[in-house]
This record gives sequence, C-alpha cells and structure tokens, in this order.
Amino acid sequence: MLAIQHSWYMTMRHLRALARQPWYIAFSLLQPIIYLLLFGQLFKRVVELPGFSTTSYIAFLTPGIVIMSALFGGGWSGMSIIVDLDRGVLDRFLVTPVNRGALITGRILQLAVVTIVQAAIIFGLGLILGARFSGGVLGAVILVLLAILLAAPFGALSSAMALMARKEESVIGAVNFLLLPLSFLSTVFMDQSLMPGWIRTVARLNPANWAVQAGREALSANPDWAFILVRGGLLLALTIVCGWLATRAFRSYQASI
Amino acid sequence: MKGGTIGASTTAIEAKNLVKTYPGNVKALDGLSFSVPAGTIFGLLGPNGAGKSTTVKILTTLSRPDSGEASVAGFNVLRSPDRVRRMIGVVAQKSGVDWELTGRENLTLQGQVYGMSGATLKNRVTELLAQFGLADAADRVTSTYSGGMKRRLDIAMGLVHRPRVLFLDEPTTGLDPEVRAALWTEIERLAREEGLTILLTTHYLEEADALCERVAIVDRGRVVVEGAPEELKAQLRGDAIQVELAAPEMNGRVHDALNRLELLREVTVDGRHLRARADSGARAVPAVLAALEEAGVQVAAVTVARPSLDDVYFRYAGRAFAEADKEAK
Repeated sequence: MLAIQHSWYMTMRHLRALARQPWYIAFSLLQPIIYLLLFGQLFKRVVELPGFSTTSYIAFLTPGIVIMSALFGGGWSGMSIIVDLDRGVLDRFLVTPVNRGALITGRILQLAVVTIVQAAIIFGLGLILGARFSGGVLGAVILVLLAILLAAPFGALSSAMALMARKEESVIGAVNFLLLPLSFLSTVFMDQSLMPGWIRTVARLNPANWAVQAGREALSANPDWAFILVRGGLLLALTIVCGWLATRAFRSYQASI
Repeated sequence: MKGGTIGASTTAIEAKNLVKTYPGNVKALDGLSFSVPAGTIFGLLGPNGAGKSTTVKILTTLSRPDSGEASVAGFNVLRSPDRVRRMIGVVAQKSGVDWELTGRENLTLQGQVYGMSGATLKNRVTELLAQFGLADAADRVTSTYSGGMKRRLDIAMGLVHRPRVLFLDEPTTGLDPEVRAALWTEIERLAREEGLTILLTTHYLEEADALCERVAIVDRGRVVVEGAPEELKAQLRGDAIQVELAAPEMNGRVHDALNRLELLREVTVDGRHLRARADSGARAVPAVLAALEEAGVQVAAVTVARPSLDDVYFRYAGRAFAEADKEAK
C-alpha cells in the first residue's frame, strides 16, 4: 500500500516537472522523426525486394519507429537520476521513510506518459505520410502498450546503471553503446526474412524486436494474439526484473557514500 | 512518544567508535565517539575534511560505518534505519531542493513521504512557508530562488514532519553574514520553543561558540575534545598571546628567549607566528616585547585575546584551525 501511495507521489513529482518543460518531449522526438522521414524516403523501394512481407515501407517503418523512440526514451531516463544525485534530491529522499521502489516506479510512470505522447505523435505522422493499418484503433493501442512495456525495463535498467556509475559520462557512454545496436539488430528497419542469419538470431533475443514484431502483428488484419501475448508477457517479466534490479541499486549507491 | 523515550535527561544521539574508510584508503572516521543529550544544540566542530559530514551521513542512515555503533532517538541506525528515519529531520550540506517544483510543492511532497496528508499537511506547509519567510515565493519554481531562500526551504523541509532530532550539516556555509545571523536566531528558536535536539556541524568557530551548548571538536576522524564551549575555554586558563614577527624565525632564538619568561606557557613558534598563553595578557605583553627586542627580533603585530575555540582547537589538535582547514582544501 505504502509503495503504491509513494509511487503516486513520485509520479506526480515527475509529471509536474515534465509539464513545466514540455519542450523536452519535442526535443526527444527529433531523432525518431528524422528517422521516419529520411529512412522512410531512403528505403521506400526495399518493399519491392522479393520476400518483403508488406507493400508499404512507411506502414512497415511507423510501428518500428514508435518502438525505437520508446527504447531511446527508456534508455536515457537514467539521466534524471544523475540530476537528482547532483542536486542532492536523492540523498534527501533516502534519509526519509520513502519506499525505495517508488523512487523507480515514479520515473517509470512518467516515462509511460512520455511514451504515450511520443507514440501518438509518431503514429499520427506515419498516417499523414500515408501509412495505413488494418488493425485499427485496437492495434494502435496495443502498439503503444508494447512501447511502454519496452520503455519501462530500459528505464529501470538505465536508472540502475546511473545509480551504480553515478557519473553522467559513464551513463551516456553505456547508453549509446547499447541503444543503436539494439535498434539495428531488430526488424525496426528491415524485414526479418531479408536479414543475414546471424542478425536474425540476435534479434530473436532482442527485447526491442519482441516489441516491434508484436506491435506489427497487432496492427495487421488478422493478429496472432498468442504471439502478441507471449511477447508482451516477456516484456512484462523483464520490467519486473529490471525494476527489482534498480531498487537494489540504491543499496549499491548507499554503500559507496 | 513512540518507541524510545526522550526526556530532558536522556541521550538523543550516541555514536560509538565509528570507523569509515573510503576507497583509496582514505580514513574519514577513525573511532569517532560522542553523545548528545536530548533537547540541546550540539556542535560537531572541525576543519574541512575532519569527518563531520561522514558522521552525519551515518547517523541519518544514508551511509554505513565499517565498524562501530550509533543510535538516534533511541533506535539503532544500523538495525532499525526505518525507525530512525521517522524521528529525524535532515538538512544536508548540499541543498536537496527539487528545482522543478515550487517551494510549496517541495514541502508538500516531503510531508507526504512521512505519511502526512489533507488539511494537517496543508496547514503545516503554509505555517513553515511563513515562518521561513518564503510565503511570497511559495508558488514560484525553486530554480528562481536565491541561495539563502533554498537554504531556508531545506530547513523547512527538514522540519515538516516535526522530527525529534534535527541534523544541520554546515547550515550556513556560503551564506551572507546577514542571512547567517538570521539563521542562527531561527535555529536557537527551534531548540528553545520546539524542544528539538539539534546536531549541527560547522567549520565556523564563532558559529559553534554562539549556538552550541556543547561541542565536540573533530580532527582527522576523531573527537579530540568534547564539552561546553565555556568550559573548554576555561580549561585553557588565561589569555592567548599571538605575535606576528617581521621575518620568519629560523634558529630557535625566539623560542629560547621566551621560554625563559616565567609568565608564559605553551610557547610555540611556526614561521612568523608565535603563540603563547599567560594568566594575564596585559602584564605579559611588555615582557614579551622586551625579550624579543633583546634577542634582536622585529615584531610586526601583537594581539591578546581571551581564550577562543580557536585556541581550544589548537591545544587539542596540535595545529591551527585555519591551517587545517586550508590543508583539506
């Protein structure tokens, strides 16, 4: 009960901060939108390759970019822990009876709100650029849920990393090292059947790829619900593991001071 | 009161043999012990790097010692950190204000974390904002606050849940003299009217002297002496005489010349600085000057002072406070 109540207080804290700097969302959308516009144009004709599963590249790319932007949002969210550390806010909370898990959950729930807004904007832009989906509104909602379920574990992981590294540069380095490979070793930009074998193998273990594939499935005419449910379940399990890890990371931080 | 009993005669804070070593074999605490009677303002006084902040971090459950024991408000900080957290308010050396929230929001969230809510919390927040002169700025985002305003908000946040023990780690460092004086008044009022036990760390000797009923002087991770400032100064017996020489003393002739004077005790010479004690400074100075002149040493300045905490520090730590403070930086 206490955990839920404290998580709510912390979520409100982060949402207030977000409401006061809404340009943060616009800024974070810059990269995904450039990908959507440029790659959408650049690779427009890859769908003509034999074996590509769809006929519209923008319809293929849009859910991919929604997921990719969620991955980046999650990956960078640990930076807010560094800010709290530098400003002494975290130390102040750690000497109160605040629930440690709530300090992570609050960030994840803010991240969920950011992800919803970003996904809606990217998805809308995709529609303007001519993407059409048979899955309709339900498919879009499921895509957004999957985006949240991807942002959450990476958000927690990034927070854990921030608590252990405690330095901006280390977090930036680690996150950069992780995010781009995870985006490219997935079906965000390219159909699975046209990937080299080794990338296909790696992609199978890539949570970002679980989210992209399940999202495309949800937007298709006849979704394979079992497929979506299993991927969603895996992401949820990953969220729980990473959330636990991040909560434990407070001990590692406190042991270092 | 829940849990431990704190009456006028009991102990609010007890630290026993705290040892803490940081990576790189930096010994921050080297067997530090002291105890604070409930309802008093207690000062941990020492130069930068003496181990004051580390002590506060351990007592407030933020950090853990390598060895040693401590209890606050009757609870063991290692075994029952959650109970301790409910009893204490903490104002860290570095401000903990959330820049993206307003003053009121900062205070409200702080209260919520302690389980306060509704009208009780709302009234408490309004009361504290007024008390700390932040009522007009209450609904402004704190990134617009001055350093002094942030400091006052920090203290208000440490008090929102009416703690039994308040920790103030270097509360006035970096503040203007007027702001500092106003804070001193406020800290004294809190101890007097709210019956709080306050542990305050400082590297300002005059702050410890003005505010604290008892002080522990900390040097290199240990308490070198503990007592009431008056008592510590009285133990020194007599006035401090400081002479500044025109040129650094090299060959010990100053020391020899002064050691022959029976009026003087504890003569030390360090470069151009000469210190000594005498029962009556006014009577000793002419003799000192005569002896120096006879030895052919030129004098740049002479001061005589009633014993200060500076002298107490010098006596027990074996070096001048200002020097130790600079050394650490």
